[in-house]
Amino acid sequence: MGLTSQSSGLNVLKKEFNLTSGYNNPVIALAGNPNTGKSTVFNELTGLKQHTGNWPGKTVIQAKGYFSHQGQQFMLVDLPGTYSLLANSTEELIARDFICFADPTVTIVVVDSTNLERNLNLVLQIMELTDNVILCLNLIDEAKRKGIEINIEHLQSELKIPVIPTIARDGYGITALKETVFRVNSGEIKIKPYKIKYSPEVENKVIELEETLEKRIGHLKNFINFHWLALRLLEGDQTILYSLEKYFVDYFPSKILSGESGVQASGVR
Amino acid sequence: MLLTQLLTGKKARVVRLTARSQKRRRLLDLGLIPDTVVKSIRRSPAGDPTAYLIRGTTLGLRSEETNLVEIKELS
Ligand SMILES: Nc1nc2c(ncn2[C@@H]2O[C@H](COP(=O)(O)OP(=O)(O)OP(=O)(O)O)[C@@H](O)[C@H]2O)c(=O)[nH]1
Repeated sequence: MGLTSQSSGLNVLKKEFNLTSGYNNPVIALAGNPNTGKSTVFNELTGLKQHTGNWPGKTVIQAKGYFSHQGQQFMLVDLPGTYSLLANSTEELIARDFICFADPTVTIVVVDSTNLERNLNLVLQIMELTDNVILCLNLIDEAKRKGIEINIEHLQSELKIPVIPTIARDGYGITALKETVFRVNSGEIKIKPYKIKYSPEVENKVIELEETLEKRIGHLKNFINFHWLALRLLEGDQTILYSLEKYFVDYFPSKILSGESGVQASGVR
Repeated sequence: MLLTQLLTGKKARVVRLTARSQKRRRLLDLGLIPDTVVKSIRRSPAGDPTAYLIRGTTLGLRSEETNLVEIKELS
């Protein structure tokens, strides 16, 4: 997408996420709340078995694997399990920065079908950041056992993203998941997720901020979702500015945090 | 009443959050939306954090967080 990895901070990112090899394959991110069976989905997709550990304390991507479907190879990156993408913890920061800056071709969000209400919070946040989201309704057997019935068609039409039921432990639904990733990557499936509408006051401020961003850092438009960035700035999120500076250091000779570019989070109330 | 004051084993309903900006967002992300029922599960030996059952998941919260959650105890 325009910038070479040399010229941008994307190099830093690749190193940090240990993506230096195999990056020419489409990158698929695996996100989800803790304890949704995410590692099991990862293992089933990649055929790896050794991934068991947890994230806490780790600052680099721990699990990376590959899978093929119809001759196309994909690189799968397992993100830390989080309840949110708002960078309240190292795990959330990693997950957010990866989806935001590494620009995965598809993000699969694994959810616990027995606890959809809680899990959909993260799904909505990811849909706000990136378009190519696939919902993996895992533990569908547990849901059935608890008498929970999920109307998949309805969920799909509400969220406007593909929804795939799985029982990762038994390998059920994994081929359907691969097939969907394949078809999103090939462009056969085009995803336009449902976007949250905020109050007119918020939406108007967001438009204003987007215009400012366009003027100040318009050259980064291909790399970051300005609408999403504007929402974060409105929330007063400083961490996104630090991350922007870190990954696009060459593009901010005057440093955004110095306020010279006029997109200081604290200046937005 | 604040969530901090909820005794172990008791349930309450979230009335409102007094937290602002990022802190407020974090509490909402953890599922503490007004009207949500929370249960105090257990207190760590040091008294902080405390484990709560919130929307089907057990989460540990510190008093600096629970002080920002107003609740109504359920009998
Ligand atoms: N019944 C059932 N069990 C599953 C399913 N998928 C995974 N499991 C089991 O759920 C448990 C947790 O799975 P993990 O894959 O470790 O979950 P995780 O989301 O990676 O967990 P964290 O590492 O804590 O984030 C394991 O015992 C799995 O065998 C499923 O679809 N149905």
